[in-house]
Amino acid sequence: MAPLHPAPELRRKHRRARLRTLAFLSPWLVGFSVFFAYPLLATVYFSFMHYNQIQAPTFVGLRNWKYVLGQMPLFGPALWNTLWLVVVMVALRVVFGLGIGLLVTRIKSGVGFFRTAFYLPYLAPPVAATVAFVFLLNPGTGPVNEILSTIGISAPNWFNDPAWAKPSLVLLSLWGIGDLMVIFMAALLDVPKEQYEAAELDGAGAWSKFRYVTWPSITPIVMFAVVTGVVQTMQYYTQALVAGKLASGVSVGPGSVIQPGYPDHSTLTVPQLVYSLGFQNFNTGAACVLSLVLFAIAMAVTSLLMRKSAGLQTAED
Amino acid sequence: MPIRPAAFLLTAVLLLAGCANPSTGSDADDPTAPVTLKFWHGWSEKKDVKAIDESIARFEKLHPNIRVKSTGNVTDATVNQALRAGGGDAPDVASSFTTNNVGQYCSSGMWVDLDPFMRKTGLDKKAVFPKTLLDYTSYEGRQCALPLLADAFGMYYNVDAFEQAGISGPPRTMSEFKRAAVKLTDRAGDGSYRRVGFMPNFRLYENAPDRLFAQWGPTYFDGDGKSRLARGTAAKEFFTFQRDLITALGGYGPLENFRTTVGDEMSSRNAFLTGKLAMHLDGEWRVGMLDDAKPGFRWATAPLPVPDDQAGTYGRGYLTGTVAGIAHSSKHQNAAWELVRFLTADTDQVVAFANAIHNVPSTKAALASPKLHRDPAFTTFLDIAGNRHSVGMPASVNGGQYIVTLTDFAYDAEAGRVRDLDKGLRALDRQIDDDTLQAQD
Repeated sequence: MAPLHPAPELRRKHRRARLRTLAFLSPWLVGFSVFFAYPLLATVYFSFMHYNQIQAPTFVGLRNWKYVLGQMPLFGPALWNTLWLVVVMVALRVVFGLGIGLLVTRIKSGVGFFRTAFYLPYLAPPVAATVAFVFLLNPGTGPVNEILSTIGISAPNWFNDPAWAKPSLVLLSLWGIGDLMVIFMAALLDVPKEQYEAAELDGAGAWSKFRYVTWPSITPIVMFAVVTGVVQTMQYYTQALVAGKLASGVSVGPGSVIQPGYPDHSTLTVPQLVYSLGFQNFNTGAACVLSLVLFAIAMAVTSLLMRKSAGLQTAED
Repeated sequence: MPIRPAAFLLTAVLLLAGCANPSTGSDADDPTAPVTLKFWHGWSEKKDVKAIDESIARFEKLHPNIRVKSTGNVTDATVNQALRAGGGDAPDVASSFTTNNVGQYCSSGMWVDLDPFMRKTGLDKKAVFPKTLLDYTSYEGRQCALPLLADAFGMYYNVDAFEQAGISGPPRTMSEFKRAAVKLTDRAGDGSYRRVGFMPNFRLYENAPDRLFAQWGPTYFDGDGKSRLARGTAAKEFFTFQRDLITALGGYGPLENFRTTVGDEMSSRNAFLTGKLAMHLDGEWRVGMLDDAKPGFRWATAPLPVPDDQAGTYGRGYLTGTVAGIAHSSKHQNAAWELVRFLTADTDQVVAFANAIHNVPSTKAALASPKLHRDPAFTTFLDIAGNRHSVGMPASVNGGQYIVTLTDFAYDAEAGRVRDLDKGLRALDRQIDDDTLQAQD
């Protein structure tokens, strides 16, 4: 019969083992606590406080939540725009990235040139790329509309039209498709050639080969692109802010604050609102509420996609 | 997670969350002791930086024990974040190009109350500064800033275009203004504009709605600090007039298209400078810029017109300006006050600085000084600054948030998206009040 209490030596051994495990885990534990757990808990804490980042925080109950969810008219448009971009931009980027990936793996000559040409825009700094796009698509003075008008096409007002501002941002993101092109290119080159040869012997056409050979092989990569795309787009900030600000043409002095989202809040995203509330109005509580809402949505969407991804892989396996 | 570690983690979070307040400064320093002050300002143009550096040199000559290390091109966002974050690199004296954030600086205690320093050194603020300027540098009786030169807004007009259109002088009332704007507008066969009489759309250059709205003499808040834009007639009349003017000049869409074709405000392609605008709302600094640029037409300045039923207030305009204050975290607040006092209240300094950067001086003595440069175009703005009907923006606890909300509403109104103006203005008041309440303790 085993003793009820282990011998002191055994306990010491167990403790040493636990400490060793903890020591190996400690870099991750420190990183997780400092960069994830603490900010998350502090965000929850501040969402119930009035805090202007200079005076001591005071408890205000659900006031910040009521303000954001019920009294802040920009919350609705910001959330809608963010979700619109998540759905449209991510879907189009994946389709376009895959298309470009297929193209650069299929072409016979000038491979290096095309791969470089499609990848280069991705290296452009986001602000510079956005400035260039706003200049090119300026409805009054931009070369794109000038060219379109000379061939008789009535061009839209791009970043100056609420209906076209988000599609213009999507165009900008498609131009910088280099990251996804590289990932898909690697995945496509990884598909075993023998499978294509076997499919050809069975009389499969181009579509059948893609549907039954290529697609099952690259599904995990597609899911990876979708999940990372969703997370990135939930945090979409720089391009939308710069495009809106530049296209508006509004001059503001160094002290003035303008509401992001020109035209008519069509480019306003949740991260812009978080920054505006937190670091322009110093309304920390409301900014934390918005961050938590964004976090919850991102978690929900990502979990859904991960489950879907696991299901897909199981089905194929 | 076991209860003990979870409780420990939560306690740590709460402790860390509560200790985010920056350091506090001191007003017990000896202003005659050797010290180096950090001064942050927004000037970045070569000419302006030279003028502020010369001002600092004059100060250091008067106060040999005080050295000033100045940093230019600093925005309010940087000042705001630096002072909230605290730390030894934060400035002792900060200036802001806008009056919009004064309420925030005063109510949060980020800029210290200057009244005790004024009492200590015998400066009678009411005798030194015009009332409008004192109003926009204080919040709920707390004078946490002082005006460091002022900006007055008026009208620039193309004299040649006026003569060609047979208009004898600048309009004084809004109905004259509308007639002149229509007469001065010149459109090509395809509907595009060769020249617009006056660009009413709020997104052009300095056309922010609060600037033109000043001509109606609005009262933004009642005695309880509640927004009252829907209660008076000024806001409704202003937005109605602006929509009428847009319609008379061809409509919102065509005017917005025109706006996308004009050059940057501060460039040589500025729409007034290139003759695309016959009348133009702008600040006094444009006088010096036009003198330097020498446009190919004769130009002059005048106050902006006023509503027909307020003809007696003609000469008024919108006032704003640079403000200066002392950071709460400064350990040398008495020495910092010497710098603020010199920059804002020393008559010779204020006049010299105003002359150098073509701004309106912000003290009564400087406005009356014989040393002040007074060409006719600039005198218009000096008169606007001295006009008792001129309007500054009241300070608010959340800084310029109510102006941002008003501006957002104005964009909707000018585009014709506000069908019921009364209802829209009531909603605007509610929003401003909600935002104000949210910013209060």
